Amino acid sequence: MIEDQNLWIVIIGLGIGSYLLRFTFLGIVGDRPMPEWFLRHLRYTAVAIIPALITPIIAFSGDNGWPEPARLTASIVTVAVGWVTKNVLIAIAAGLATLYTLLYLLG
Amino acid sequence: MPITTTKSAYLSGIRDGSPFLLVIAPFSMLFGILATEAGLSVFETLAFSVVVIAGAAQFTALQLMQDDVPTLIVLTSSLAVNLRMAMYSASLTPFIGSAPLWQRAIAAYFLVDQSFACSYARYEAEPQMTIEARMAYFAGVVTPVCPLWYLFTFIGAAIGAQIPESFALDFALPITFLALVTPMLRTPAHVVAAGVSIVVSLFAAALPYSLGLLVAGIAGMMAGAQTERWLEVKKVGEA
Repeated sequence: MIEDQNLWIVIIGLGIGSYLLRFTFLGIVGDRPMPEWFLRHLRYTAVAIIPALITPIIAFSGDNGWPEPARLTASIVTVAVGWVTKNVLIAIAAGLATLYTLLYLLG
Repeated sequence: MPITTTKSAYLSGIRDGSPFLLVIAPFSMLFGILATEAGLSVFETLAFSVVVIAGAAQFTALQLMQDDVPTLIVLTSSLAVNLRMAMYSASLTPFIGSAPLWQRAIAAYFLVDQSFACSYARYEAEPQMTIEARMAYFAGVVTPVCPLWYLFTFIGAAIGAQIPESFALDFALPITFLALVTPMLRTPAHVVAAGVSIVVSLFAAALPYSLGLLVAGIAGMMAGAQTERWLEVKKVGEA
């Protein structure tokens, strides 16, 4: 369960931080050129952070540090459908459908 | 059709932004449902969407807070997911950098995936647009997108408050992330970044304070950037 005080620190901190990310270049840096290595790393932040966030959740979702079968299968289906359709919502729907079907079947 | 007046620029923005309703509504509703399931009140959930206004970062923060990760790591990781906003900001600056500061300050708050994608495409296609028309177009795209982000967060939160805790929504967040990240794997360098991040995160999972997340994230970023350089060098060598 999430504690109230930390929640508001996160909401406000994330709000200010996100705003600064959006404003810095537009408002302060202007059109001065930025180092190329910096922009190059920026391109990969989301595809690097998100897998780091979810891999352990999926990998250790079952007992004794192994993946739980329904959750692992739902993850694979989500990635496969997302890869083929390139559509976030269809991938979510397919993943959730797989998860609940398997959870029901495996009881 | 080329844009001639400020008003037609605004209307054209609304037209281009409207189809995103189909994405915004279910996505923000999902955030509302999952946030209230995680124990947030309807007010807290709505405040989250209004203050932060960035889907992936909101989902990241929600997941990490549920995992009892230290607040500093929650903020660092969620902001890292949002770093692309800095890239958007940098890319739009040559087009709207000459607008008054107060307009740029407001536009910065509304700089989201959809407003960036539409505006950047339109500014590039029509370089003769005036600065007033550009700002009006941006405001037009935002008009159907951002209010619906708030509205459907609220609807989702109201629904989520009715769903019993036993509904096993614990895994809906990881599925949302997988669905978000898979279409982002557009180039070999993106795939390498994600692959390195996955492997490192498994080995680094035991690090204290959830530092494994940042270690794996940084390793993935460096791997992606390095792969991009190698591929460029290879392309130049072949040409």
